[in-house]
Amino acid sequence: MPNTIPVVENILSANDQIAAQTRARLDRDGVLAINVMASPGGGKTSVILKTIEALHDQVRIGVMDGDIVPLDLEKIAELGIPVSLINTGGNCHLDANMVHGALPSLQLDALDLLIIENVGNLICPAAFKLGTHLNIVIASVPEGDDKPYKYPAMFKGADVLLLNKMDLCEYQDFNVDYFRHGVEVLNPGLAFFPISCRTGEGFDAWLDWLRDRVAQRSSVG
Amino acid sequence: MHELGVTQSLLDIALHHGRQAGAARINELNLVVGELSSIVDDSVQFYWDMLSEGTIAQGARLNFKRVPAELHCHDCAHRFPLNHQEYICPKCGSANLTVSGGEEFFLESIDVDLDET
Repeated sequence: MPNTIPVVENILSANDQIAAQTRARLDRDGVLAINVMASPGGGKTSVILKTIEALHDQVRIGVMDGDIVPLDLEKIAELGIPVSLINTGGNCHLDANMVHGALPSLQLDALDLLIIENVGNLICPAAFKLGTHLNIVIASVPEGDDKPYKYPAMFKGADVLLLNKMDLCEYQDFNVDYFRHGVEVLNPGLAFFPISCRTGEGFDAWLDWLRDRVAQRSSVG
Repeated sequence: MHELGVTQSLLDIALHHGRQAGAARINELNLVVGELSSIVDDSVQFYWDMLSEGTIAQGARLNFKRVPAELHCHDCAHRFPLNHQEYICPKCGSANLTVSGGEEFFLESIDVDLDET
């Protein structure tokens, strides 16, 4: 006898449950965790390095990196920051299980800020919650101004957007208004910081924003 | 690209609900997939055929109900599909838009046989 059984269950519910466990653990230890996403070459590692250099006297920072080689992580470890490599084996994104499994490799109660560098990709990472508090999306000028139109899910899910490599604007036909309009439709009022890791342009505003978030977290935790 | 893991989750959910209902066979899965979910139907079906082998869901058909992402114009209330090129209202030319829908990704129901006959 054929029957239809209603289910209505999110297909990524198993991932979301693990993400919720990670979030509870982070909250218990009073750590603000951020999920840094961008295309390959968009400037994830550069932004992370520059952010650490500016903040590590005031904020206790740890870094997890989803990658296939520890190259980026070695640069970060040289700053004296605790790091953990999540070897993604070529996977297209980090998922909640990978991050949860890597939590014991860092002493969380000794951190204020956990930076998780996701796999370079504007599609897949948008779909998988990690348990982090904030999604940081980095776009960059050489990628073109059409990215919010081509990868709407990534920009829709962002909590803050950095537009990196602003120093290259004069060499590129990058229409900042067109870019920002796409973002505004997808994610009204999204915090937006045009920056350049090379020149340092715009970095102070981003650091102030992040410092505020860490301070809010610490006062709660 | 990540359809293998997603398909395994889908199978786990379908089997769980099938067993709970006392199903002898799962014949069809009815999925709701938003346009903004990065999932390729053919790829899920491909992995499904491999992963479901030997389970009560072996050979089940996957029905994908695709949900478009829509733009909503705040000036003239026109609704139209996201076109991935420009976000401008085709009716009144307004740029005062917001997006809704398209992020759905769930198993809505399963069609099962409750006994072997």
